[in-house]
Amino acid sequence: MANDVALSAHHDSTQRLDARSIELRRLVVRALDGGARGHIGSSMSLIEIVRVLYDEILHYRADAPDWKDRDRFILSKGHGCIALYVMLAEKGFFPPETLDTFCRRDSILGGHPEAGKIPGVEASTGALGHGLPIGVGRAMGLRIRKSDARVFVVTGDGEINEGSVWEAAMSASKHGLANLTWMVDYNKVQSAGPTAEILPLEPLADKMRAFGFAVAEVDGHDIGALRRVLQAVPLDGERPNGIICHTVKGKGIGFAENDAAWHHKSSINKELVAQLYDALGAG
Amino acid sequence: MRPTCVDKVFELAKRDERVTYIGSDLDPPIVKRMKNDMPGRAWMEGVSEQHVVGMAAGLAMEGFIPYVHTIATFITRRCYEQVAVDCCLHNLPVRLIGNGGGLVYAPLGPTHLAIEDIAIMRALPNMTVVAVCDADEMKRFMDQTLDWPGPIYIRLAKGYDPIVSRAELGFEIGKAIVMREAAADKSRVLLVSTGVATTRALEAAEALEAEGIECTILHLHTIKPLDTAALLEHARNCDLIVTVEEHTLVGGLGSAVVETLIEHLPGAMPPVKRLGIPDDFAHKYGSQDQLMELYGLQPQGIANSVREGLRRRAA
Repeated sequence: MANDVALSAHHDSTQRLDARSIELRRLVVRALDGGARGHIGSSMSLIEIVRVLYDEILHYRADAPDWKDRDRFILSKGHGCIALYVMLAEKGFFPPETLDTFCRRDSILGGHPEAGKIPGVEASTGALGHGLPIGVGRAMGLRIRKSDARVFVVTGDGEINEGSVWEAAMSASKHGLANLTWMVDYNKVQSAGPTAEILPLEPLADKMRAFGFAVAEVDGHDIGALRRVLQAVPLDGERPNGIICHTVKGKGIGFAENDAAWHHKSSINKELVAQLYDALGAG
Repeated sequence: MRPTCVDKVFELAKRDERVTYIGSDLDPPIVKRMKNDMPGRAWMEGVSEQHVVGMAAGLAMEGFIPYVHTIATFITRRCYEQVAVDCCLHNLPVRLIGNGGGLVYAPLGPTHLAIEDIAIMRALPNMTVVAVCDADEMKRFMDQTLDWPGPIYIRLAKGYDPIVSRAELGFEIGKAIVMREAAADKSRVLLVSTGVATTRALEAAEALEAEGIECTILHLHTIKPLDTAALLEHARNCDLIVTVEEHTLVGGLGSAVVETLIEHLPGAMPPVKRLGIPDDFAHKYGSQDQLMELYGLQPQGIANSVREGLRRRAA
């Protein structure tokens, strides 16, 4: 349990965003503009998590998305997909202009990500509670094949209301899947309101430990802290890894932060797009 | 049929290292065999069907062929979204083995009866739905599951059902089998059946033969994809078609047959009588055979429906 303590500390997520994080968020707004809709808050809380994963942690080849030794990244909270699309575009899985086609009829980029359609997307997600069971199966498969590839699954916080997540957690623990990392984008706000009111998750770290995970907590907007904790994976080499990322819903858009009303917008006009860019400009 | 199916999984696993087995919480002897015959590739994962199906999809994404085995109603109803999204949307070679399809678990009541499994599995794109009629046919079928693309739902019957299939008729997923063919100048009645209903249909046909009514029996072991060509070939110019299934009348074999006939024989559709379970939960217990009788699915009930259908036709 030593690792749990060393890497765990509560953070209040007041990190200021650097230029790169702001630029990635501007790309999110570009996709929101293209589709005139999208999950704003859910994507913005996720940016630093996918940024650090794709910049520094995951092994992949953008020109060969099915490379067999790649690490598998599954965005179980599929509704946060714009954050993933932005990273995949930036890394060259598809051209950045594709972001402009978000949610359009013939686009490869839908409101939830589809495997087989989008290079680099490992699983079609959107229905919640599916990513961790799939991740367990993939981690088992990789282990049978004696592959060093790892599996990273990011769930939301509201998402883990789903019982299937905890079924998978028991299984991951039973099998000692140290090659599996479950990250929670814990932005404290789900679609209808605060998680603490809708279905309280606390004590979340204790729950994950009780389910057999080696657990770390981190400020999910702190690049250095995310880097340190992800580089420490596997946390103890025996248990599956659980990383609670304390984040802010809508991070970077001042007027949308911590507000369930910005979980998703089904109509985004040019005026709002300008406001989103303005908000980001303020850093 | 059930032991045969599981035996075949273990046999397939010996010759193909892609084969994996995931159980939930059935059969202690299987746990022992898993350790002996498939070490490292077979797991009993507990009563967690949603996870089990997702895990199977994950294994299939890594190139494995997982055979998932639990009670039919739990592997279809409980985890329907995982079957739809994880297996069917990704079009993965996951094999779902549903124990005790239909009325097998009659004494255990409606929570354990899988009476709409075929309907809900059939509704999913990419899914293949198979209900063989006996253990011998199960052997022939299972050999073909290794390389069949996409997910398969395998409906098991009670086990130790009478053997009525014949090796010489062969087996191909998606190809109907003519179990009995009346002389071309005589056969005006077509019985279409699946699973162990075929066994009952065969017996009914023998009884009717004694009365001079000759029936052709088309065994649709594969409900999806449906063998449209075979169905149309035998349906044309019939006096009567009777479908027989151990399943609700909503969305199963009878529905699939009628949908196909309406599409392909506009204005020339023969009269069809669908035999199955009414749109209701079972409110009685007893045995599978007793409930089959209650719903007119035993040989005598089937024969009566044929007689009645022909009488109406003549009237």
